[in-house]
Amino acid sequence: MLKESLFRFPKSLKRNNFHYCPGCHHSLVHRMLCEVIDELNLRERAISIASIGCACFIYNYIDVDMVEAPHGRSCSAGTGIKRARPDLIVFTYQGDGDFAAIGLGDSLHAASRGERITAIMINNTVYGMTGGQASPTTIIGQKTTTTHLGRKPEEQGYPLKVAEILSNFEGVAYAARVAVNNPKRVMETKKALTKAFLAQLEDKGFGYVEVLSACPINWKMDPVSATKYVDKLTKIFPLGVFRETF
Amino acid sequence: MTNRVLIKGVEAVALGSLEGGCECYFGYPITPQNEIPEIMSVELPKRGGAFVQAESETSAINMVLGASAVGKRAMTSSSSPGISLMSEGFSYLIALELPCVIVNVMRGGPGLGGIEASQGDYFQAVKAPGHGDGRFLVLAPASCQEAYELTAKAFELADRYRNPVMILMDAILGQMKESTVLKKLNIKSISKDDWALTGAKGRGSRIIKSLFLDSAELAERNLKLKKKYEQMEKEVRFESNLDGSEEVLVCAFGSMGRIAKESVLKLREKGYRVGYFRPITIFPFPKKALSSILEKNNSLKQILVVELNCGQMVEDVMVSVCGKAEVISKFYPPSVLPFPEDIEREVKKCLRKVYFVSPKV
Repeated sequence: MLKESLFRFPKSLKRNNFHYCPGCHHSLVHRMLCEVIDELNLRERAISIASIGCACFIYNYIDVDMVEAPHGRSCSAGTGIKRARPDLIVFTYQGDGDFAAIGLGDSLHAASRGERITAIMINNTVYGMTGGQASPTTIIGQKTTTTHLGRKPEEQGYPLKVAEILSNFEGVAYAARVAVNNPKRVMETKKALTKAFLAQLEDKGFGYVEVLSACPINWKMDPVSATKYVDKLTKIFPLGVFRETF
Repeated sequence: MTNRVLIKGVEAVALGSLEGGCECYFGYPITPQNEIPEIMSVELPKRGGAFVQAESETSAINMVLGASAVGKRAMTSSSSPGISLMSEGFSYLIALELPCVIVNVMRGGPGLGGIEASQGDYFQAVKAPGHGDGRFLVLAPASCQEAYELTAKAFELADRYRNPVMILMDAILGQMKESTVLKKLNIKSISKDDWALTGAKGRGSRIIKSLFLDSAELAERNLKLKKKYEQMEKEVRFESNLDGSEEVLVCAFGSMGRIAKESVLKLREKGYRVGYFRPITIFPFPKKALSSILEKNNSLKQILVVELNCGQMVEDVMVSVCGKAEVISKFYPPSVLPFPEDIEREVKKCLRKVYFVSPKV
């Protein structure tokens, strides 16, 4: 007989029902994040920043102190927190619109300064909460509510590859892109999240994890097809560790 | 021994903030207030505080938001265009009830304008610092000494009301050197134990948020903030020079108040019945003080409002006197700086009206 149960509910995960759409990957990432917070024993000294987007309700699910920041400003708010209280562990949880469109300046400068914070970017290639408009990471040919004929490079340019950009930043201690569309990748995500927190805990630099994530509703797909579609995204946004200095 | 120094207004602000217990400063360069970040970059690290030169004003105000959320006394400073960039952050700070101090050393506008002295941001500061229904407590110093003392006090007021406090001043005061006594001020520290984010140790997690999708909850939030603005009435400050026999009252704030005061004193020496009123808090505006001056003085028929803009504070004066006196706006756009004699002439024009035109009913 097993001495301990195989399923454990993470201590940092609040027992609230997720509001996310069926097949959305936010809830999976939330759970992995909570497991990492528990394992690194961070709950009592972690501060998170709730960004603008579907995950602005992250405070309903993750049981750590949270403050809301304006759209795109999480890395700046995180900088303020960390500089004011270096003993606290700071993480942001942002979408591709928040981190890489409106907040790109804040994000890149925080990374460049080597702020000891951990940034998690959920890349689902669209603005989810506002109804599926094109984002900086929308792929070529992808139809969105603002690219009806598909994203054309000559009109909307090319998808922004943030993990690759950050790989050249001296202030960045860890930058990885992961996905959660199969069990192996879920476990890799957990490893990446752990490493991104260690970058902060060991005072090495900015930690970044980009998670390719499904948005079935705005992709106009059922959850299973959306999960498979993430494989297609990995051809444009390859998974892997792009920078690791420790 | 008094610690008397000859310093600029912006230097007085920086030193005042340290006296007020400022622990974190975040800012972005803009003339005419660059001495503030320069001083803070030297002084804060010495004191174990934090200084970051942000990549933009937008970023700076959100760094303030972060530092304030974890319970630190935080400040930023800028000048008009930079202040506009911060306004989304201002709205969040008000909504999240995060205390902080914001200094606006105004320059001429609109647009890029110039670095002339101006009071053009009055409306922005007192009516709508950001979107939504939020207000700042706004203090308008008129001397380097006052800039020092009010900046220090601003930290206590911000903490007391859990609301941003703005120091609104102009380039004249910012760049003018005056003898200033760096007094020890009794600035109170106010406990933030019941709300600051410190890590959920031995308690449930705390959430500081401004998103309320439930309309009743949002209405309640707004009413709570409104109540706070009403409580701020206790902080109303003003300077006046009156003897109850005035026929004309000159009303001005900040640097313009200094020029107006000089002209009023000269006129009084010559026997003119003229008084002087300078709001120091411009939000809350000293409405009750103004209306009670009118109630006590039947001979007071006109209020001359002098400003370095195209007429903004005059609207608050009109609301305060509620038709009980004639309110006249004498406005000077940026770069048209009046001499005391110019204001004297305006006062005399008012007095002629009092004597020769049939009084308003």
